[in-house]
Amino acid sequence: MARWLLRRLAAAALIVWLVATATFLLVAFAPGDITQRLAEARVPPHAREQWRRAFGLDRPVWTRYAEWIGGALRGDLSTSWTTYRPVAVMIGEALPNTIFLAAAGLLLELLGGVAIALRQARRPFGASDRVLTLATLTAFAMPTFWVALLLAEVFAYRLPVFPPSHMHSPAGELATGWQRLTDLAHHSVLPVLAIGLTGVGAIARYLRGSLLDERGQAYVLAARARGCSARRALRVHALPNALLPLITVLGLSLPFLVSGSLVIEVVFSWPGMGQLVYSAALARDVPTLMGGTLVITVAVVLGNLMADVAYAVVDPRVRLGGGV
Amino acid sequence: MSWRGLPARFRHGIILLGALTGACIAGPWLSGDPTIIVEPAQAGLLPPLSQRWVVELRDGSRTAAQAAQRTETGWVLFGRGEPRALPAGAVVSVQRQVFWLGTDTLGRDVLARLLWGGRVSLAVGLVALLVAVVVGTSLGLLAGWHGGLLDSVLMRLADALLAIPALFLLLLMAASLRPSLTVLILMLGGLSWMGVARLVRGQVLSLKEREFVLAARGIGASPLRIALVHLLPNTLTPLSQDAALRLGDLILAEASLSFLGFGVAPPLPSWGGMVAEGGEVLGTAWWLILLPGVAVTAVVIGAALLADGLGEVARPEG
Repeated sequence: MARWLLRRLAAAALIVWLVATATFLLVAFAPGDITQRLAEARVPPHAREQWRRAFGLDRPVWTRYAEWIGGALRGDLSTSWTTYRPVAVMIGEALPNTIFLAAAGLLLELLGGVAIALRQARRPFGASDRVLTLATLTAFAMPTFWVALLLAEVFAYRLPVFPPSHMHSPAGELATGWQRLTDLAHHSVLPVLAIGLTGVGAIARYLRGSLLDERGQAYVLAARARGCSARRALRVHALPNALLPLITVLGLSLPFLVSGSLVIEVVFSWPGMGQLVYSAALARDVPTLMGGTLVITVAVVLGNLMADVAYAVVDPRVRLGGGV
Repeated sequence: MSWRGLPARFRHGIILLGALTGACIAGPWLSGDPTIIVEPAQAGLLPPLSQRWVVELRDGSRTAAQAAQRTETGWVLFGRGEPRALPAGAVVSVQRQVFWLGTDTLGRDVLARLLWGGRVSLAVGLVALLVAVVVGTSLGLLAGWHGGLLDSVLMRLADALLAIPALFLLLLMAASLRPSLTVLILMLGGLSWMGVARLVRGQVLSLKEREFVLAARGIGASPLRIALVHLLPNTLTPLSQDAALRLGDLILAEASLSFLGFGVAPPLPSWGGMVAEGGEVLGTAWWLILLPGVAVTAVVIGAALLADGLGEVARPEG
């Protein structure tokens, strides 16, 4: 197990280094640097040179690369070009908000997906299964930003039940304890619902398939023969085994979950990583863009690693099978 | 195999995608010019099924009225606000127009923009898919056939690119590159080759020790010939299934990027951009948000049905 874990960690570290390098190369070798766009805004040449020096763009590429990697290792992601604050500090404020949003959305997806798949597997190819198959396919196909806007249109404007933006109301921001928590919950409903609605389709579709596979296995038949009800056989015997491979699927779907939350954060002005990177992209704030992309990738890679470890813990076959 | 003999999902997917593509291609004949602006004060944010008299003026601009009356000296237009009198010389034409799907904030016909936006979105998705398939297949063949260091390097690179949330990387690229239509297509295609490469590599690894490939090597066939004649045809089924799903992903990615303002640039309509325009007047014009999203969803459903159906065609017993 220790050797297996070590190999996994090494692979994760390699991926993170590759991502750090790729983001650097993309920015360093993009045709024209930031100052060229300043030139479009009629900035005189000598001012352009000053900007280049201030941003360190006059130094050779490899020095900048060494600085970027060395800084990242020490947790220093340079300074934002728009707010002049350390990028690491800005990320430190934004990351927990994104993790909260993504985790709550994932939980909703998972609960909804299990409920739908169980209902479908009870009588496969029956009327309710067909309707739900169409529904989950539609959920899978809907663009996240569209669902978010429709939710805002209906539940924040037409029927003003939930706030249309931000994590807290001004009063809730200052409040503490219970009041702050309910304020947060009130603001989270629509964004979390948007993640859940678009993510539930993929999970339900996957789980339905694996539930149907498990249903045909001998151990489920044995449980039925022992007098176990169809419902119980499905929930207690088939479900745990069908859920196992879902751990890996969830781990692999993390990048999509985070991409989805980026759009949702923008729609609902949620102060997370997506919002941070989006406004950095608008302002061409390169350090924030690079740092944000790197940190969110590290979060995703760690999430993947956790999924792998969780899988190895609950399914001994993975560990004993010589380790992947 | 007859059309009826094909799996239902495959047929539904083809019909759905075909109908949408057909409508978008036929767009210019089905509806007007998507760039025509009718005076927003008179024709902005009209709900679906609205009818107006569209008046083309001598200076090239257009205005609209609920009723138009011919008088001896010209026209009197009744619309929002006071009735307006126009001298006959200022008016080029007066025509009744039905805005089937309403108008946007600038008084442009939503149906026309939806069909034109579909052309853009579908074209970007398809060309990006082509880029992804060509790059992915080449790299997958190379990695699978060569093995060794090249294989390790390519696969680790694929792992790394797959780990980055695509939208973050796309924003990073869009902010540092100039997002013209070509760059957009190359960006989207360049970020989706990894899945294709992995798939093709896996197929090649399982095929390259088979007798027919060994026989081809034995009689001295070149690696390129083996790759094109012997390996590629055997990967077509999983590849086409993957490509159908990938088309849906690419169209969603393009829509998200255009929604954020980093995709298809404004004068050109795109479904994602249209939803964004609707989002600016949230709570007043539901049709601006609803319709382009329905179009995206329909295309992605069609692509997913097609992928499912292709799987069934390949395994008729399952």
